[in-house]
Formats: sequence, structure tokens, C-alpha cells
Amino acid sequence: MSRTAVIVFAGVVALFVVSWMVKAMVLADVSETNIVDAFMVTVAAFLTLAIYSFLYKDNPYYKFAEHLFVGVSAAFWMVQGFWTTIVGNLLPRLSEGLATWFQQPYQGGGYDLGVFVFPYSIMYWIPVILGSLLLMRLSPQGGWLSRWPLALIVGTTAGLNFVRYLRSDFIVQVAATFVPLFGRDPHPWQGFGHFFSNLDLSASGQFVALLSNWVIFIGVFCGLIYFFFSKEHTGAFGKASRVGIWILMITFGASFGYTVMGRISLLVGRLTFLFRDWLGLIS
Amino acid sequence: MIVEPQQARVVIPGTVRFLLLAFLAVVVSITSTATASEPNADSTLLETQQVEPVTSLVAQDFKYDNGERIELFWVPSVDDRLVDGLVTGYEVYRTVNEGDPQRLAILPPGANTFRDEAAEIDSVYSYYITTLAEETSAKSVATEPMTSEREWLNRDRGYLFLIAFVIAAAVIFFVETAKRGKKLFIRKIAGLEAIDDAVGRATEMGRPVLFVPGIHDMDDVQTLAALTILGRVSRTIADYDSKIFMPVSRSLVMTAARETIKSSYMAAGRPDAYNDDMVNYVTDEQFGYVASVDGLIVREKPATIFLLGAFFAESLILAETGNSVGAIQIAGTARPAQLPFFIAACDFTLIGEELFAASAYLSDEPKQLGSLKGQDVGKGIAMFFVIAGTVAATISYAWDIGPVNDVLDWLNQVFSSN
Repeated sequence: MSRTAVIVFAGVVALFVVSWMVKAMVLADVSETNIVDAFMVTVAAFLTLAIYSFLYKDNPYYKFAEHLFVGVSAAFWMVQGFWTTIVGNLLPRLSEGLATWFQQPYQGGGYDLGVFVFPYSIMYWIPVILGSLLLMRLSPQGGWLSRWPLALIVGTTAGLNFVRYLRSDFIVQVAATFVPLFGRDPHPWQGFGHFFSNLDLSASGQFVALLSNWVIFIGVFCGLIYFFFSKEHTGAFGKASRVGIWILMITFGASFGYTVMGRISLLVGRLTFLFRDWLGLIS
Repeated sequence: MIVEPQQARVVIPGTVRFLLLAFLAVVVSITSTATASEPNADSTLLETQQVEPVTSLVAQDFKYDNGERIELFWVPSVDDRLVDGLVTGYEVYRTVNEGDPQRLAILPPGANTFRDEAAEIDSVYSYYITTLAEETSAKSVATEPMTSEREWLNRDRGYLFLIAFVIAAAVIFFVETAKRGKKLFIRKIAGLEAIDDAVGRATEMGRPVLFVPGIHDMDDVQTLAALTILGRVSRTIADYDSKIFMPVSRSLVMTAARETIKSSYMAAGRPDAYNDDMVNYVTDEQFGYVASVDGLIVREKPATIFLLGAFFAESLILAETGNSVGAIQIAGTARPAQLPFFIAACDFTLIGEELFAASAYLSDEPKQLGSLKGQDVGKGIAMFFVIAGTVAATISYAWDIGPVNDVLDWLNQVFSSN
């Protein structure tokens, strides 16, 4: 570690301690646990700044925050998976002894006020077996067994999603494209003469409504052509495909702006934390 | 002298006066007792205003279910009004096999339907509704005894089945056609042509290739498509003797990716060059994973980055970081909200279904090719009906022609969301 790095590190530690002490004094009037609260706020602020320091360049503080984040989150999800899924859901349905040992209510069959309320189901042994097969991955000889549960996961998901996507991404979308290209409520079509002599460019007017319908129709049709892979995109087909990709790009542009605005609000939230909760510069 | 006229005076004897007073007292007493024994006007109103029960109560079996649902419909009590209403709620009662009534639910005023979702097909049910008021209630006429039925087929989804059947049949047909060795045409996809060049560039620069398969698990078809493309990419990497590293956020993806890369290296005749450390698990946490991959990008400076799979808010962060180190980036996802970021920050982007088409194109497997061709049949059907429906809607709205209206109604029925 270079001398400069040591000096910077000492400065950061000193700044952290000063920040902690000042924050603790500020919180002394409003909280009995001011020292702990001040520590948590200061740690959160320093980790936030450590992550933001990546915008300058990669540095030891970013690495520290990164490794802390990865380590804590990996451990958290591991613990969460074990206690919620295995202990919370599975074991109480398999064995009364295990349920008692983990201090969980037994759910594998029993009586409630003299009425048999839930039967013991051997179905819950299926995930146990499949999960165990997945772990066979660790065995050099039995690694092939792990493909079976994997195949079940993929196949089941594909089957379930087939109907779901067929409805949401096909049926509903096609039906939504059945739009009239001339005249619609509350503007019935009364001929081109009437249309042009009463041209209304307001958002609720007939012109905008019809334009919207034309965009939907042409956009969907040309978009479908773009995603048609069985024919080379040449000639009229190619031109329609070009229209399709243009419409997609315009849509993506609008979506980009919309999403960036959402991200700005996240940044504002983080800056609010730094300037209000940590520094107390804004109320 | 003015003399005032003398007023006539009636002298009532003391005994008579006493009797008179006594009589008056008795009359007053009797009157007040009689008045007290009768309810006053207000209380008369409260007690005589009996609440009316609901009427026209009907129980019917729920159509197309497993036999566990029975629906109740009724006309609310005439006293169920927003202004000066007496009804405070309704109680739904059920008798099973002529046993004791069980209260199923308490519903608010205005309710006129209820669905019993705990019925069994072997039992006989009867229902009645009790209308509740402040101090009184009224029981409706009970429904006729009935049973719930189980239906094996939901006929409301007949057209959905037909469409699914046609597309599935097309997929099977093309899969079988491809299996027989017939070459199925698929147009070139721009991003895929760049794969070899991108891996070659990494080899020339002596820098590794980074492959990010998104943050979803193996149950997402985008991840599967990404792993198929990984097979081709890792094969090229093995041929070029380049390096690949692949941080993943799901343990199952890690095992599948290791297997894929291992197979590619073996197919390339270089099993010795394969190493399990090429694929490593980071964390399931979205932004923990992103922080790690970002750090990896700036430290290892890969020449080529593949971002293929299911991405969410991390897409722009990853793509921008990759862009900042000058890597060639080939991205692809079916998440519409993330595509703009990839298009803005990457060199090539596989848009939506192109990701799956790329998978089929690269693998050259009959199953994937047949599936893609079958989906093209689905798109052809969609295009046909989009034109037919739009023409029908246009004519129907503009000129209101009867047969065309019928066609539009039929199309709306076929493509209803049921």
C-alpha cells in the first residue's frame, strides 16, 4: 500500500469517526439509541459514497463495498432459502420430529378440535428427491442425475408458459388490433368531405383517433413482418420490415426517456438520504 | 254612587269538593297509565319497521370448474338503500346434506352475489341469506337443494385450444421435417454474424470474453436461449484458445453453464483447457451481482461482452460499464423495457424473439429450428387475422353492414381473453 493510499485511508477513517460522533450528538435529543443509530446512518452513507466512487474509477473503497454487498447478500439468500423454504415449508410437512426440532408447527396430517383437517401427503417427498438429485451434481459419478430435475423444471415451465403467453402475447394482442381505420365512437364516419371540412386536430378529435388506429395497425403488421424469420427481408417484405424496425426504435426511444426519468427519481432518493438523513442539510 | 254588581257565588260543600278532587285524580291517573302503557310515536316506528329479506335467491353451479364452486345471486332487500336504508349487511348460510346451517360470510349492504368456493361434488347444498338491520333481521327463502358439478373441459376456451393446437401442430410438423434432414431456411440475424469477429478480436487483443446470462433462473426461456448461444460462443473460444469468464446469479444456471462450456471444449477437442472456474456463482441479489460484474469488467477489461438473457434495471449499468472499457458488446433480451438501453450502449442487439431465433440459428438443432418455423406459422395466422379484424372493424364502424358486424363479433369471440 502506497503512502498516499495510507493517508487517504486514514483520512476516510477519521472522517467516518467524526461523522459518527457528530451524528450521535445531533441524535442525542431525539433518540435513546443515538450512538447505534448514528453508526448505522454513517455506515450507510459511507457505503453509498463508496459505490458512487466507481463513477470516478475502480478503487479499494468500491471493492470493499462490492465484496461486502456480495457476501452479505449471498449469505442472506442462502439463509432465507433454508429457513423459509426448507424449514418453513418442507420439513413441517414431512416429519413431526423434524418440525418439533425446528420449533415449527407440524403440517403433515393431524386433528384440529377433533376434525381431521389436513392429510399427510407423500407429494412433498417429490421435491426432496428432486432436490437431492440436483445435489448429485457434486458427485463425479452421479452428475448425470442432476439433469432430470433440471429437465423437469424446464419442461414444466415451458408447458405452463405456453398457454399463458399464447393468451397474453398473442390472443389479446391480436384482438386489440381490431381497430376501425375510418370513424369510431364518438365520431362516426360520414365521408371524406365531412372529415376534411370538420378537421379537428385536438387530442380528442377524430383525426388523432384515426391516426392512432393507423399507427397501431401498421405498427403491429410491420412489426410482425420484422420478426418473421422464414423469409428473406427483400423487396416489399423488406420495406415493410424496415417500417417495423423504425416503429420499434421510436417506441424504444420513448421507453428510454420514460425509464431514465424513473432512474433519476432513484438518484434523488439516494441524494435525499445523504443530504437529509446523514448531513441534515435539508429538512 | 256606583254600586258594583254582586257576583253570584256557588258554594260547594267540602265533602263534595273532596269527592270531585278524588274523581279528577283517578281520571288523571288512569289516563297517564294508559298513555304510559302505549309506545310513543317514535318507538312504534322502530319496532314496526321490520327489514325485508332478499328475494329471487338463486344458487347455481359454477361453469367449468373442479366442482368446488357454487354461485349465489339475489335481489337485495328493498330496505337496502343508500339514503335511510335499514340494512347493515347480509349473512350467507349454507346447509350441507340437510345438516345444521353454517354461516359462510358476512357481506356489506349492496351485495347481491356470493361465490362458495368450498363445495364438494358429493354433497347436497342449500343456501339462504339473512338480511341484517340494527335490531332485527330477516331470513330469505332457502334455495332448492343442489349439487356442484365437475367439468373436465372448459368449453369457453375452445378457440384458444384450436389456436394452440394449430401452432403446436406446425411446430411438430417442422421439427419432424428438420429431423428428416430437410434444410429449413432462416434469415440471417445481424448480431450473430458478429460473434466470430468479436471472439477473434478478444483473441487478438489477448483479453477475455465475458458472458452474462441475465439474472433469471433456468425456468426462464431467455436463460435457456442464452445458454444455447453460449454453446456456440464457447466453442469458438475453445477453437481460438481464448478465455471466457461467466459470473452468474443463480446456482442452477452455474451448473448448466459449466456443462455447456465443458461440452463445447470437448467438442473442440480441448477438454484439458476447460476449467470449472470459468463459471462462478456470485449472489442471487440483483445489485450485488451487478456490483460484482461491474468490478470484474473494469479489472479484467474483456474485449467482448455478451449480455444475453433476462435483464432488468441492471441492463444499462452493465452495458455502460462494458462500453467504458471499449468492449464489443452483443446483447439480447426479450424484456421490452430493457431493450432501449442495450440498443443505446451495445454494438449489436438481438431484439426480443431474435434472441430465440439466434439460439435456433446457431444450434442448428431440428427441435429449435422447427419450433421457430412453427412460431412463424403463428405469426402468419396473427397477420391474417389482424388484417381481417381491422377490415371488419373499419367496415362495421363506418358503414354498419350486418354480415360484417357478425364477422367482427365472431373474431372478437375467437380472440377473447377467456
